[in-house]
Amino acid sequence: MGYSAKFKVWRGDDEGGALEDFDVDVNEGEVVLDIVHRLQATQAPDLAVRWNCKAGKCGSCSAEVNGKPRLMCMTRMSTFDPAETITITPMRTFPVIRDLVTDVSYNYTKARMVPAFAPPADLEPGDYRMAQVDVERSQEFRKCIECFLCNNTCHAVRDHEDNKDGFSGPRFLMRIAELDMHPLDTVDRRDVAVEDHGLGYCNITKCCTEVCPEHIHITDNALIPLKERVADKKYDPLFSVSSLFRKATGRDKAPETPKG
Amino acid sequence: MATTGVDAPGRAQIGASTLRTDRWWIQPAFTFGVLTAFVVYSAWRVFSGQYYYASPYVSVYFSPCLATDCAEGALPGGPISWWWLSPALLTAWIPLTFRFSCYYYRKAYYRSFWMSPPACAVSEPHGKYTGERRLPLIMNNLHRYTFYLALLLNIMLTIDAVLAFRTPNDYQWGYVGVGTLILTANAVCLWFYTLSCHSCRNAVGGRITHFSKHPVRYKMWTVVSKLNAHHMMWAWISLGTVVLADFYVYLLASGRITDFVFFTV
Ligand code: SF4
Ligand code: SF4
Ligand code: FES
Ligand code: FES
Repeated sequence: MGYSAKFKVWRGDDEGGALEDFDVDVNEGEVVLDIVHRLQATQAPDLAVRWNCKAGKCGSCSAEVNGKPRLMCMTRMSTFDPAETITITPMRTFPVIRDLVTDVSYNYTKARMVPAFAPPADLEPGDYRMAQVDVERSQEFRKCIECFLCNNTCHAVRDHEDNKDGFSGPRFLMRIAELDMHPLDTVDRRDVAVEDHGLGYCNITKCCTEVCPEHIHITDNALIPLKERVADKKYDPLFSVSSLFRKATGRDKAPETPKG
Repeated sequence: MATTGVDAPGRAQIGASTLRTDRWWIQPAFTFGVLTAFVVYSAWRVFSGQYYYASPYVSVYFSPCLATDCAEGALPGGPISWWWLSPALLTAWIPLTFRFSCYYYRKAYYRSFWMSPPACAVSEPHGKYTGERRLPLIMNNLHRYTFYLALLLNIMLTIDAVLAFRTPNDYQWGYVGVGTLILTANAVCLWFYTLSCHSCRNAVGGRITHFSKHPVRYKMWTVVSKLNAHHMMWAWISLGTVVLADFYVYLLASGRITDFVFFTV
């Protein structure tokens, strides 16, 4: 059962732009990305949009629908009232290239700053052995499709361009948490989390978790545990004393062995 | 609109602080209202310093009662003899700092009081934002200490709940009034709230990297993680039971009602 829906789509580039009105046919079972494709096919052949899989797995079609950061291919038209006007804009935290396409290179810059996975030096790649219980926590974070909706929604950078230098956003703090919990990683990542990636900017208001299309519990399972691990090392006076003691008595891990 | 915000140069010039069409403001407004009411009510009770003991019940805000001039029956009733203000002030800072530095309440007040942000994808009204990197908010990193203190406090409140099973006049075991049930429910809810804490989750096992080498702590972490998923719910429920437990004692102690007794020896 089809109907004609009212859309407002932001069109423009880094010089300026505006919301443009469209009336578009909608068929049963369609998602917002289908409508954008119909717009391209009928009324706006030069409308720029980025997409690949149409299955919520490539993370390309991130945009904002009625002000909510979402994947266009996973936003069903049936969730809207047929009478309502649906607004589509590009992500509002990254520089716009054209129409719905933004320049997400901020994310790649931050990704490159994360120190790489560092297994023990004497362990050959074929010899990695890990118990399932030890990798389970970080496996949740591996579901990430790098849509960057979380980084787009985090107010620390969304509302404060000047914080982009010091803050890597939830996606990459989660990556640091993943490696810090990894059973074969030998690097203590707690200082870089704070100093290079700005963990302290996060005020755990959970918007990253709210928008993640993979439903990863970013705040509860990555950011807060990372904050607690950082507190163990940097803020907890008793813990610092006890680890000094362990060092003095030789009970502390040698730097090249995996973390306890 | 500030040009450093969501319409900073280079970004799509949309010119609205949000395009959300749902009623996103309900949640922060509700949180603001309830937390404000809680703070006002607690301040009134804590500073009043009266109507906190109605045998066999003691108000949560006044336990442990550490001043020597505490009401008869409010334990331990000492050792601080020079205190001249409300005895609740000696201990009420513990639950206060525990809740203030709680990861859930932080989210709640950053959103609803600071509006940082008021809701997701809704611009915050501040020109500058430094998060939890400076004083005073960096102090929230010491949440674990308030957690340890809260554990001690819970032990005391559990003792209070057990003592509420005694008769009001001669302290004989075998008594169940409405207050007994309320105090017990409050203690149980506070345990759920406290044990579901993120610092607890880290302490019991979260900080370990090799769970396989620590099976007992892994088990504890698994249990706390399950509770932790409902931490927000316990935060709200226990907020309610604290007020209920105190208000019931207030009503009894000020003579406005009498306890309804289900069972007595
Ligand atoms: S929880 Fe932290 S990282 Fe996630 S959106 Fe909020 S402030 Fe950003
Ligand atoms: S964590 Fe979730 S929201 Fe963030 S990039 Fe990955 S899939 Fe997208
Ligand atoms: S097109 Fe791949 S996630 Fe939407
Ligand atoms: S009490 Fe809420 S996180 Fe500790």
